[in-house]
Amino acid sequence: MGVSAGFAVLAAFSLLAGLPEGVLALPLGPPWGAASLALDGLSAWFLLLLGMVGACTSLFALGAPPGPARSLPPFPLLLAGMALSLTAADAFLLLLGLGLAALAAGALVAVEHGQAEARMAARRHLILAALAAGCLMPACGLLAGPAGAYDFAAMRGVPPEGWRAGAVLALGMLGAGALAGQLPFAQGAAPGHAAALLSGAMPGLTIYVLARLLADLCGPAQPSWWGLPLLAAGAVSALLGALQALREEDGQSLLAWAGIGHLGLAVSGLGLALAFRGADLGALAGLAAGAALLQALGQGVFMALLVLAAGAVAHTAGSRKLDRLGGLIHAMPVTAACTLIGVLAASCLPPLSGFAGAWLLLQSVLAGWRVGFIGFQLAAAAATVLAALALALVAAAMLRLFGMAFLGRPRSPRGAGAHEVSRPERWAILLPAGLTLLLGLFPGVLLLLAEPALGVLTGRAAAPVRDLALLAGDRPAAYAPLVLALVLALSGGLLAWLLRRRSPLAAARGPAWDGGFIAPPDYLPFGDPLTQPSASGLAQPLRRMLGEPRAARLPSDSTPRLRDWLAGRVGWLPGLTARQGLSLGFGTLVLLLVLLLWPGGR
Amino acid sequence: MALLAGILTQLLHLALMLATAPLVLGVTRWLRARMLGRRGASPLQPFRDLDRLLRKRPVLAENASWLSEAAPQAGLVACMAAAALVPSFAGGMLLAPAGDLLVVVGLLAAARMALLLAALDVGTAFGGMGAARAMSIPVLAEPVLLLCAVSFAILAGTTNLDGIAAAFREGAPGLRLSLALAGAAMLVVALAANARRPVQGPGSLAEPAMLEEAMLLESSGRHLALWEYQSALRLTLWLSLLAALLLPYGMAPAGAGPFAWLLGLLAWAAKIGVLCLALTCFEGASARMRLFRLPGILGLALLLALLAAALLFLGTGPA
Amino acid sequence: MSLASLPQEIAHLPGCVMLLLSFLLLRQRREAAAIKALAAQGVMLALAAALQGWVQGAPQLLLVALIEVAGKLVLLPMALWALLRRSGPQPAAERAGDSGPHLIAGIALVALAVLLVQPITGPGQAVAREDLALSLAILLLGLLLMATRRGAIQRVSGLAGLENGAILAAVSAGGMPLLPALSLAGLALTGVVLAGAFLHRVPRLAHGGERG
Repeated sequence: MGVSAGFAVLAAFSLLAGLPEGVLALPLGPPWGAASLALDGLSAWFLLLLGMVGACTSLFALGAPPGPARSLPPFPLLLAGMALSLTAADAFLLLLGLGLAALAAGALVAVEHGQAEARMAARRHLILAALAAGCLMPACGLLAGPAGAYDFAAMRGVPPEGWRAGAVLALGMLGAGALAGQLPFAQGAAPGHAAALLSGAMPGLTIYVLARLLADLCGPAQPSWWGLPLLAAGAVSALLGALQALREEDGQSLLAWAGIGHLGLAVSGLGLALAFRGADLGALAGLAAGAALLQALGQGVFMALLVLAAGAVAHTAGSRKLDRLGGLIHAMPVTAACTLIGVLAASCLPPLSGFAGAWLLLQSVLAGWRVGFIGFQLAAAAATVLAALALALVAAAMLRLFGMAFLGRPRSPRGAGAHEVSRPERWAILLPAGLTLLLGLFPGVLLLLAEPALGVLTGRAAAPVRDLALLAGDRPAAYAPLVLALVLALSGGLLAWLLRRRSPLAAARGPAWDGGFIAPPDYLPFGDPLTQPSASGLAQPLRRMLGEPRAARLPSDSTPRLRDWLAGRVGWLPGLTARQGLSLGFGTLVLLLVLLLWPGGR
Repeated sequence: MALLAGILTQLLHLALMLATAPLVLGVTRWLRARMLGRRGASPLQPFRDLDRLLRKRPVLAENASWLSEAAPQAGLVACMAAAALVPSFAGGMLLAPAGDLLVVVGLLAAARMALLLAALDVGTAFGGMGAARAMSIPVLAEPVLLLCAVSFAILAGTTNLDGIAAAFREGAPGLRLSLALAGAAMLVVALAANARRPVQGPGSLAEPAMLEEAMLLESSGRHLALWEYQSALRLTLWLSLLAALLLPYGMAPAGAGPFAWLLGLLAWAAKIGVLCLALTCFEGASARMRLFRLPGILGLALLLALLAAALLFLGTGPA
Repeated sequence: MSLASLPQEIAHLPGCVMLLLSFLLLRQRREAAAIKALAAQGVMLALAAALQGWVQGAPQLLLVALIEVAGKLVLLPMALWALLRRSGPQPAAERAGDSGPHLIAGIALVALAVLLVQPITGPGQAVAREDLALSLAILLLGLLLMATRRGAIQRVSGLAGLENGAILAAVSAGGMPLLPALSLAGLALTGVVLAGAFLHRVPRLAHGGERG
């Protein structure tokens, strides 16, 4: 706990007071040279995130009832591994840190190894970790260049070109995707505080790895289309994460997929920053990079808050499934209030921390048309639509989580027996809630702190801030959260004064109306579950409108269907109907047109 | 001097929006009644309704939490903040630099979230059903709104509301097809966001038609008064937003004197009146759609906005 | 930014409405409404030809407009209504999320059209790009309609949409010879296909049987 708080303080100090120059060479290391640590702007920013999240989760762990002894050592190892990979100044330490973190996370996931689900989750986690290592090691190897130097300073001197650059892009994205893909599996099975650390810090680590490999080490001379795969992958993963969050009926899984949704938004911000940098639009690159950094920081804090609260709820109310919770706002008022702050922040509502990152991201994607290449303009328009869809879907998923778990009436006897969490756990949940409020009100200060990181990402250390308000564009559009908070407070005061004068009567209590609502029968002492919305019921109109079938098909039974379909397709050419012939001709035409578009095919 | 003018216009604007919100609602209802051949209640009726509701003692369900008390006020406060940011009769108000289209959309989303939370608080069937349906409308409407923002950003160079109004007023882009397309898409979004026909039928108590009424079924007294006032304020806000973005002529420019403000006020009243009339005519001519046909109409709006953006991309290509 | 002038902007409007009508045709499952949309598309094409004739100062485009009105507004709907009457009533199946993939395919085709016209340079290129993109998109959407729908009426709608796109491109390009002859030839092609649909086992085709 003290260690992680120490990280946070170190990172904040270094950002404020100036970064230490040069690298710290360690006396030990791999056979080809000494390992080295360094703290530049990018590392410091993410170390700040790790420190904050680590402090909150360690505090929670102090108050939570202790698990089995095997769950104690991996937690500091996880922290140490993440910190090591963040401060590494050569590829060996980076990969070592990532491997350490993955092993520790696997150990934490396998704590409950008596249960089959935990074992399967641990297996999947290790497979994904191996995939990540398998992708990142060749990427670092390709970056090392002909001299074989693995420290970052030497790598910056030989930026890759041509197919090597493309390979680094592909491998880096795959590796980062595998790192992020661990989240839904690990978060479900790990104990509460470890899950919170994973969900808070792992997305940050993913973005750090992407930023370090693609933005920093590959150098600023990459062409503009580099950002396009990142933008596309980020937007699509944001949408898919949000859609899956709507399907989940388990609180922790819902939060994991919503975390992936937010991570996708930050990754698309990073992609935009790369594209703008390649097109020499420095100010816009700073805007997009600032969006990615703010989103990463804000997401870490409010995701950790939500996962901690979900863990507390699971512990006291006895279940993680949304269909067995309900009415917890009466039994756990402090937790409910903090979760409400987290839910509002995750839905990206002003003036909380999620909105600042989302505003910057939307402004940079709205400015995507300035790149000039019409393919990129269309991609930016498509990314706008996907990002807006993802934001609205995440808000719907968060509302569903809070409404099912905390509002309404209890849905099961065990859920009705919940109680408030212990005092350290309460402080552990209040801390990130307060941080979310602070981060939301002062994004300008945060961006000024992030200027060294912006310098690493885009080459110019100028944050889009003026007088503590965020700015975007030439005839600048501004987001001033302090002004907004002031207006909200003044309006609230005015309204309260008016109401006290015109409507002084206090509220009376009576039975619920609902157009005619009677007491439940005797054999259902906790109320009839059919009179309350269920988890799938709340999401049903939305999913039906988005065109999903009533029963979600599992991906596991699509493979035999695919095989049967392929087998049926053999020998189909003579038996074509007219419609299929037309489709074939049409498809060929479209293919020819697309080939026309291929660069270099003119 | 400009600061004083800014403060005065801001206070006047806020008072104007807050005072005329029930009047706009009353005028819309009166026009619709006239169109249906009835005499209709006086346009001042919503004021009396709100007064009556405020005087009554609210009744809360036994298992309602502090959210049912706090959510109406929180939602109205968010709506008031959004109303302060949207320009009406004069540009260059005090809060104009902070008045961004995306911030207004965010504040309206916050107000809607307050309503949804209050609907789910008691845990009844109607509340859950209304919340589930109401959650799905912004998912389809916000992408359309953002694509329209793309067109506005290209044409006016900013998403600041004052900046867009000033750019369109001075006629820099002129009368453009993309503007018309994006404006048509925004009109559809406005219909969806305010739950007017053909998206939903306001005031109907038939179960398939209930959206907002289902969410308000448990509220009474001053809570109900606050929710109804919030929906009236939201309608006025949207009409003012449409007037500022699509018909910005007549707005007093920044730093003008009281005479220009008077002209701006008259122009604003005329624009809101015309928009109310257009809304009533459109509502009268269309029937309420099934909720699950909503993706169709919003998909059409998405196409309009996409076409507007694509035309602008083509037009601003390498010369 | 070199934006188009006001009369050229107005001349784009019927083209945009035609593109939206193509999307409507793509989603429409009821034949009667599809015929009305097709007729509306023909009217819009005539209007586009007339406006282009006014902007470019070419009187032969007015003749094209007249031919389009006669063909697309009068002859084609009459023939399609006759075909519909002969095939009798059909079950109309309308499901909520069905048109999603087709809509996305249509949007992708519009994006393809926009990307294809990008390298046009020269005097007046912004207007030419927009015109050509609209026509190409309408053409591609007509092809998509033909390829993905069963039933003779949808096929003919697709073919008519294809031909509308081609004539819109020809009309907006300016200076193309033999335009009235081109439009007559297009109408004749549609008429031949319709005659085939009438003669060749009408009930099976109109019901969209397995042989398509």
